[in-house]
Amino acid sequence: MNPERYLSVESVGMTFESKKGSFVALTGIDLAVRKGEFVTLIGHSGCGKTTLLNLVAGLIRPTGGAILLADKHVDGPGPDRGVVFQNHSLLPWLTCFENVYLAVERVFKEEKSSLKNRTHAALDLVGLSHAEHKYPHEISGGMKQRVGIARALAIEPKVLLLDEPFGALDALTRATLQDELMRIVATTGATVVMVTHDVDESVLLSDRVVMMTNGPAAYIGEVLDVNLPRPRERLVLAHDARFMELRAAVLEFLYEKQARHGKVGASLKVA
Amino acid sequence: MAAVALAKERPRTVIPPSSPAHPAARRDIPPQPARVFRRPQPPEWFVTGVAWLAGLGAFVIAWTLVSKFGGRVPDPIAVGKAAAKIFADPFYSKGPNDQGIGWNVLSSLKRVGIGFGLAALVGIPLGFAVGRFRFLAGMAAPIIALLKPVSPLAWLPIGLLVFKAANPAAIYVIFVCSLWPMIVNTAVGVRQIPQDYLNVARVLNLSEWKVFTKILFPAVLPYMITGVRLSIGVAWLVIVAAEMLTGGVGIGFWVWDEWNNLKVEHIIIAIYTIGVVGLLLEQALVLLARRFTYES
Repeated sequence: MNPERYLSVESVGMTFESKKGSFVALTGIDLAVRKGEFVTLIGHSGCGKTTLLNLVAGLIRPTGGAILLADKHVDGPGPDRGVVFQNHSLLPWLTCFENVYLAVERVFKEEKSSLKNRTHAALDLVGLSHAEHKYPHEISGGMKQRVGIARALAIEPKVLLLDEPFGALDALTRATLQDELMRIVATTGATVVMVTHDVDESVLLSDRVVMMTNGPAAYIGEVLDVNLPRPRERLVLAHDARFMELRAAVLEFLYEKQARHGKVGASLKVA
Repeated sequence: MAAVALAKERPRTVIPPSSPAHPAARRDIPPQPARVFRRPQPPEWFVTGVAWLAGLGAFVIAWTLVSKFGGRVPDPIAVGKAAAKIFADPFYSKGPNDQGIGWNVLSSLKRVGIGFGLAALVGIPLGFAVGRFRFLAGMAAPIIALLKPVSPLAWLPIGLLVFKAANPAAIYVIFVCSLWPMIVNTAVGVRQIPQDYLNVARVLNLSEWKVFTKILFPAVLPYMITGVRLSIGVAWLVIVAAEMLTGGVGIGFWVWDEWNNLKVEHIIIAIYTIGVVGLLLEQALVLLARRFTYES
């Protein structure tokens, strides 16, 4: 197994067929993720970054190319990939514990006490031991998302897939959860692919920022290496010249090279 | 003195600040009395209670007027006296045609229970199937659309023909009228399950059994209970009419019997009894639905 290509997306294309004809969402996507690497996918909304994540998750099948995880062909969803959805997707009739247990019980064929221990450990990792027996509607949005992360990590996946996990949270909660995520990833050594539209988040968290062009037929425009040392401190980085530079590079890509022509067109129409 | 007089003139318009302001803030802004020009509101339960009593009072007055000027309708007092006699011994039994009102209500409820239970047994699995598979939904659509608007009583002759007895025919009518709401609501419940929950099932590769017990069933349950509520409501409406036609023991038959005896007080008592039982059934199911409805 090539450790440089732990997760390997090989010339993947995705075309959706609809009544109005075919829509090319992604074309010629090549991406290799190292074991233990943290990669973010960033781009304007509608650029297909979530589509790419769903392809890796196996929720949809690519119409071209192939995806390999640890040399195994990705052919449908499976517990070797832990997915955290944007809107937490916890089952409202199960407690936090039961939500995580549902996943653990499916993946590990062990005794009940051992399964319970795994569930406790996962919730402990995200700092939610005290809320184990609460229902999702009894806890805050940030806590729900932590349970989602615990559920994804509890099954010890080969890769953790996060689809804009903090998009629906307020700025302060988001910052706390970003720090938490960095700590969790540092402890577990997880391989992570995360979709975001937050420039600061992408630079702060990742080892590489994968920037996607605007759709339709989106592809990977640029890949930015974030060679900032870890552990990273949000407050220190705020004044770090290297951080600023990286941040500027992403902004430049998004707002100059991939400026939304739609918006320009709209303003022209008004004029 | 002046302050007291002012307070008497305009009670509760000046509300003292409930908590002392921050000292720093107090220095900058002179304390101003908060002026809220709103009358004190009586508690909500009190308003509701008064409204209830007013409604019932208006109803009783209207009823009294009707009985005074409207011919042979007995007035509330006469009905009250008759009710006191009837409810003093609701469970007597003097042969099949003369039983207490308690027995009549219970036998009607028994028919509704059996007919509805059979409908749930058939309707809920059918509803799951129709909700899950598009082709089945297509198959079911014309049948349901055609048969749903038919009055359940129109099925009664078929029931009598097939079962050759009054009691199973009445149960069968209840079965038919309960069936449609159960199928339709369960199917709607299945169709509205958020894709997110199904995605969770897919990424975790849950077994079909787990998908059913942990996702499909709990997600559909509130809809199913709505179906049950509608079914029971319709069934309780229909049983009275069915029993009038089929006879036997039952609240519907009792109404018809008392009409033949020209005991109008008893008919009015039956109407209220039917109303109260229906209300209790409805409320019990509303409580049940609340228990099994989850916020996400």
